[in-house]
Amino acid sequence: MKKILALVLVAVMAVAIFASCTQSGTGGGVEYALVTKAAGNAYNEKEAEGFKAAMDAQGITSYVIKHPEKATVDAQIQVINSLIAQGVKSIAIAANDANALSATLKSAKAKGIKILTLDSDVAVADRLTFCNQAGVQEVGQALIDAVYDIAGGEGDYAILSATSQATNQNAWIDAMKKIAAADSKYSKLNLVEVAYGDDEPQKSTDQTQALLTKYQNLKVICAPTTVGVAAAAKVLQDKKSSVKLTGLGLPSEMAAYIGDDADHSCPYMFLWNPIDLGKLAAYASIALVKGEIDGTAGGTFKAGETTYKLTTVEGTNASEIILGPPFKFDPSNIAEWKKVY
Amino acid sequence: MKGFLKKITGNHEVSLAIILIVLFIVVDILSGFTFHGINNIGEIFKNNSLTLIMSLGMLCVLLTGGIDISITGVLAFSGMSVGMLMKYNVIKNVPLLFAIAIGIGALCGLLNGFIIAKGKVSPIICTLGAMYIWRGLATVVFNGEWASGENVAAMSEFGNTAGPYIILAAAFVIYFVVMKWTPFGRKVYAIGSNREAARISGINVDRVEIAVYTLMGVLAGLAGALSVSLYGSAQPTMQDGKEMDVIAACVIGGVSMSGGRGTVVGTLLGGIFYAVVYKALPLVGLESIWQNLIKGVIILAVVIINVVSQRLSRRQALARREI
Repeated sequence: MKKILALVLVAVMAVAIFASCTQSGTGGGVEYALVTKAAGNAYNEKEAEGFKAAMDAQGITSYVIKHPEKATVDAQIQVINSLIAQGVKSIAIAANDANALSATLKSAKAKGIKILTLDSDVAVADRLTFCNQAGVQEVGQALIDAVYDIAGGEGDYAILSATSQATNQNAWIDAMKKIAAADSKYSKLNLVEVAYGDDEPQKSTDQTQALLTKYQNLKVICAPTTVGVAAAAKVLQDKKSSVKLTGLGLPSEMAAYIGDDADHSCPYMFLWNPIDLGKLAAYASIALVKGEIDGTAGGTFKAGETTYKLTTVEGTNASEIILGPPFKFDPSNIAEWKKVY
Repeated sequence: MKGFLKKITGNHEVSLAIILIVLFIVVDILSGFTFHGINNIGEIFKNNSLTLIMSLGMLCVLLTGGIDISITGVLAFSGMSVGMLMKYNVIKNVPLLFAIAIGIGALCGLLNGFIIAKGKVSPIICTLGAMYIWRGLATVVFNGEWASGENVAAMSEFGNTAGPYIILAAAFVIYFVVMKWTPFGRKVYAIGSNREAARISGINVDRVEIAVYTLMGVLAGLAGALSVSLYGSAQPTMQDGKEMDVIAACVIGGVSMSGGRGTVVGTLLGGIFYAVVYKALPLVGLESIWQNLIKGVIILAVVIINVVSQRLSRRQALARREI
């Protein structure tokens, strides 16, 4: 009896583990694959939605969308290995780490699979091209200008990031720092600290409160991560703090906090359209598999109505495809966008 | 002086309270005297109310010699359930949503208790499975969606009232009374000290065990609704890994992993200790990367002090008996 019960439990457990690694799309001859960062992330769901929409629009059914169970490299490696075994033709991935996926991606490449990245890049040698939601420079510029504007041109500001090794956030923060250092316009802005909330609401809340306690003259917090910006927005708004917030956030999550008056903590923030990014990744996958582009800079392909061009990543000979500049969400358009995503 | 020392080493709660006070003063100095403010202390309790509340349930589970690592899975499933009910305008009534979360938690806990008590499955294995099941269902059932911001506005507002503090205080008072002065509390201790003796003396061990896991589920469900209120968001990944914080709080508070030993006051102190460390590390100007490492070192240090002081007091007690 005991043994049977234990066996049943183990079986239930195994089923649950597999069940939580959700997937959609049709089986059989899978050609195109999308690997997101993790299941349960609304932003990733929107990318997947765009990918699916573009594939459906092209009449392609041989695709699969994989959400790893956790936002870790290990979980992604498992997913990629199973895709290699299935013999897919292309894998578009939003990487959880820039370097740790290297060996797995190399073995995929050796099997002739076209690797491209979206949202977060890997080392350039491991992929053909990168669907960049917004150029690093563009995001850095938008954020530092927002800080400059909200702070009134001078004063202390802090950054609340995701994890300390998050590829995107680090690149954007670096760009902000470089832009601020290069132009004397920003010389009166003083970055007091980069705090890490690990994309976890409680930790981000703790970190925001710590920033407020530590820096009495703080004027602006910039949180270039959706979880961090929402947590910080709630802390500032609940406290009716004079410290203001900007950053990158999901409109539906941030709608309650966006406003010009003292009752709202965030005057405006930015993001791109993750649905469009998913679409771009889908069209780029198709173009790569069909041989319309080979990942070298200068190549062009059509994504629906728009023609995209592969540009060179600064300081390398690798290519990327830039979706466009980040989109600003302010009190005038938030009501409309919060319904979208 | 000797008597005073003996009193300290003989009573874990007192020694922990002293360590806690010293830690508090050190942190206050290191943070430039910003730590002792009433707002800061309020935030410490609020941000750690989930850990504190769930540590009460964990205390009972650990007292019976068991363990429950499924609590954050249950938290996520119940929290997601109420978050989604709000998002799609099914139910907007906050007390009712709390009741639903607690109900879901109770069912999850009951299932754990039944499998462990009647099926004689090892608690860690059973709750490991349950952890994946509930966390997985929190993703699958709700299609990977999440609810936040305006979706859960009513819950968020409740999080800003005195509500969370009242829930926290009420939970501790109830548990203090129950564990100290009721037959149920005595039975839990009896089972943990000597299961066979408890059975022979007429305690329905299975029933108490089921009750203990059900209560753990109730608190995990409550924590799920509370988490949505405090952080204004319900995500399938919410509070992932928090179960270790809860267990750590109990262990720091002097609760024995092998059962039978531990108190509500000790658990409260352990929880506060952990909360102070959590709150202090970013404040004293440590790099985020160092914070986990320091946290680990502090937990180990406190537990070692704990074990050594207990051994000392036992030796002293033995020495006295020989005379």
